[in-house]
Amino acid sequence: MGKIIRKEPLAEGVVLLEIEAERVARSAQVGQFVVLMPYETSERIPISLHNWDRNKGTIEIVFQVVGRTTSELASLEVGEEPYALLGPLGKPLEIKRYGLVVCIGGGLGIPPIYNIARGLREAGNEVISIIGARTASLLILQDRTKSVSDRFLVCTDDGSYGEKGFVTGVLSRLLKSERIDLVIAIGPVPMMEAVANLTRPFGIKTIVSLNPLMLDATGMCGVCRVKVGGETKFACVDGPKFDAHQVDFADLKRRLAMYKEEERRALEEWKARI
Amino acid sequence: MEGKDIEKRTPIPERPVGERVKDFEEVSLGYSKEEAIKEAKRCLGCSRPLCVEGCPVGVEIPAFIERIKEGDFKGALLKIKEKNLLPSICGRVCPSEYQCESKCVLGRLGAPISIGALERAASDYGGEAEEESNGPPKPKRVAVIGSGPAGLTCAAELARDGVEVFVFEALHQLGGVLRYGIPSFRLPRAVIDRQIQRLKDMGVRMEGNVLVGRTIPFSDLRTKEGFDAVFIATGAGLPQLLGIKGENLEGVYSANEFLTRVNLMRADLFPQYGTPIKRGKRVAVIGGGNVAMDSARVALRLGADEVYIAYRRTEEEMPARRVEIEHAKEEGIRFLYLLSPLEIRGNEEKELICRKMRLSDELDESGRRKVFPTEETISLLVDVVVVAIGQRPNPLIPSLEPRLARGREGEILVDEEMRTSLEGVWAGGDIASGAATVILAMGMAKKAAQSIKKYLGISSRR
Ligand SMILES: Cc1cc2nc3c(=O)[nH]c(=O)nc-3n(C[C@H](O)[C@H](O)[C@H](O)COP(=O)(O)OP(=O)(O)OC[C@H]3O[C@@H](n4cnc5c(N)ncnc54)[C@H](O)[C@@H]3O)c2cc1C
Ligand SMILES: Cc1cc2nc3c(=O)[nH]c(=O)nc-3n(C[C@H](O)[C@H](O)[C@H](O)COP(=O)(O)OP(=O)(O)OC[C@H]3O[C@@H](n4cnc5c(N)ncnc54)[C@H](O)[C@@H]3O)c2cc1C
Ligand code: FES
Repeated sequence: MGKIIRKEPLAEGVVLLEIEAERVARSAQVGQFVVLMPYETSERIPISLHNWDRNKGTIEIVFQVVGRTTSELASLEVGEEPYALLGPLGKPLEIKRYGLVVCIGGGLGIPPIYNIARGLREAGNEVISIIGARTASLLILQDRTKSVSDRFLVCTDDGSYGEKGFVTGVLSRLLKSERIDLVIAIGPVPMMEAVANLTRPFGIKTIVSLNPLMLDATGMCGVCRVKVGGETKFACVDGPKFDAHQVDFADLKRRLAMYKEEERRALEEWKARI
Repeated sequence: MEGKDIEKRTPIPERPVGERVKDFEEVSLGYSKEEAIKEAKRCLGCSRPLCVEGCPVGVEIPAFIERIKEGDFKGALLKIKEKNLLPSICGRVCPSEYQCESKCVLGRLGAPISIGALERAASDYGGEAEEESNGPPKPKRVAVIGSGPAGLTCAAELARDGVEVFVFEALHQLGGVLRYGIPSFRLPRAVIDRQIQRLKDMGVRMEGNVLVGRTIPFSDLRTKEGFDAVFIATGAGLPQLLGIKGENLEGVYSANEFLTRVNLMRADLFPQYGTPIKRGKRVAVIGGGNVAMDSARVALRLGADEVYIAYRRTEEEMPARRVEIEHAKEEGIRFLYLLSPLEIRGNEEKELICRKMRLSDELDESGRRKVFPTEETISLLVDVVVVAIGQRPNPLIPSLEPRLARGREGEILVDEEMRTSLEGVWAGGDIASGAATVILAMGMAKKAAQSIKKYLGISSRR
């Protein structure tokens, strides 16, 4: 359990790992994540499930190298095992027939949006996927996501591929022309917040997947607490998916910035060591 | 023996304050062999020993102390192990002053005998008293969920009688609160490691990184995974928060987060270890139990200049162990009584605003004097706040298995044999009692093990 059997760079600093994890693959459901520790001295970090294969007993995750722990994870080679792997975690997305569903993936939100679009489509929904990234080279997993979508819309901030602009621009056009039943958005916090603000006046149910700091990810420490509808929720067990119109995004942003300085030091220490 | 020797207990050696606050090494050094024998000799060997009644697992205290008197530490350890499989842990963290020691007849003459410290001495000097296993394994398999003291005890009791036991633990290291909650200066990691190794040697299989309910569906254990019985020992891991303004500011921690970062993830060794922690210069800990004491003393060891413990009532009502309160005071932690937090303001520099409370003469359900808020407030300037006001039973398995009957606080309801409302499923420890103690968790686990054996048709050696 835990052996890496495939490692594939998808873009600059973006890596896909396929890992043997029989139990995780067997229990995985749409919208869940895992926690990994690359080495014994690493942090525990959450990464969404991108894909799983119950027959092969493997899972696929995609992550961006941003700091120390993701650098450590990217340093593991095929045949090696991360020190710890726990999952699947979080409440699965409720898969049922909603009608017309828009799935929005921004940057590293694309990998998890893939299994959500797939699950919703298999349940008989009409799925429109919108994916976006800063620039063409960061638009990952296009073919895969397209294959599970009825309609597929692409944009880049710099216009290097697809439409020029943000996913919210594409969404706001759709909002005028379609009767949408559900919107799901995963990506950077400002993007999810902007989506929430767009759909709110239309009263369309909107779900976002929050990415607060986590530690145990089993509901024991409370670091992942987020304010939703005025209540404190633990994203690792009560989420990570929440009603976007109820989320206090300002609180989330503040809490995410908590260890900026320490994260910089941790990365330096690791770079000095390797 | 001289009359006055009976009145005075042999002091337990400790590391000097100035030295110990700088590291995470054990504070209490425990008795030397000679000191243990001297203390053991105070024991009157009562024919109707009350101390045994005070022990939730019924250790035959006078009998093991008798062996220490003779210098037979191995014999003492074996005697304890008949009833208690984790003596090196209990000898360190058991609140003996409220249990066995509170019943000791010597208490009326002077000081009760130091049973906890003698238990530790037996485990420190008794060597690796080997586990006898009971013949070849029986074709019965039991799943234990959680590797805290309840899970470990139940596993050991069953393994002793040849049952094949699998322990599943969500975290990457085993031990439950012993590992992630209680700091190493009270319970060295090597002691936990040794206990766990011993269970492995007895044939107990242990697997970390398995969150039952998610990694393995709970209902699969009895069906697809083929376990004949299940023991739920998932503890009281859900932290309670204050629900006040400012609680989500950076540098405001639940005690579980604060302690887990250091004890499990080694944030004290950051950046060699990747997990960071805010090292406050002025730290306020809210609460009055063991968890609050541990958090305060950890903050001190991380380099704080000032550490406060703000508690709603007075020292008399504090639920923490006496010795830990004393240790905290010696180390310079400042105790502020009759304060209840109202709001946290600011950013890096924080203002913790507390309401002053007063005690009335009326008693509450727990027999403690009731507290009332006054109009007065005070504020403390701090940079880190740790909230240690209690934990609730872990909700994951009950929330996924609605057929498990639950009590008002979310605890799993059990009968006198620790059976739950589900056939073939037992529960014990903090998940069934709410946050309690190591020894109570063990007591419940032993009862459950007996009941499980009966259910499986396995005759017990004891
Ligand atoms: C439920 C969940 C699912 C996630 N899924 C994925 C995924 O599929 N792919 C992926 O690349 N990332 C994902 N993340 C984010 C990932 O966990 C963080 O990028 C990672 O923890 C960064 O670790 P680091 O040590 O490399 O960087 P650090 O040094 O810890 O941080 C570097 C920068 O990343 C920011 N950061 C730290 N933790 C997070 C976080 N949890 N979310 C967002 N930003 C963070 C920090 O503020 C900092 O600016 C997910 C997070 C959550 C909570
Ligand atoms: C900081 C602190 C200090 C304390 N000091 C003392 C003391 O000095 N003396 C004393 O007697 N008591 C003390 N206690 C209390 C004592 O530690 C607990 O009463 C005792 O640990 C309870 O044991 P348990 O086995 O029921 O649960 P726990 O020790 O909580 O263990 C439960 C384990 O189950 C795991 N788990 C949870 N859910 C799942 C799941 N679904 N699947 C797999 N694994 C799961 C958890 O990760 C955890 O490891 C202290 C507690 C704390 C927090
Ligand atoms: S990460 Fe610890 S409670 Fe969610």
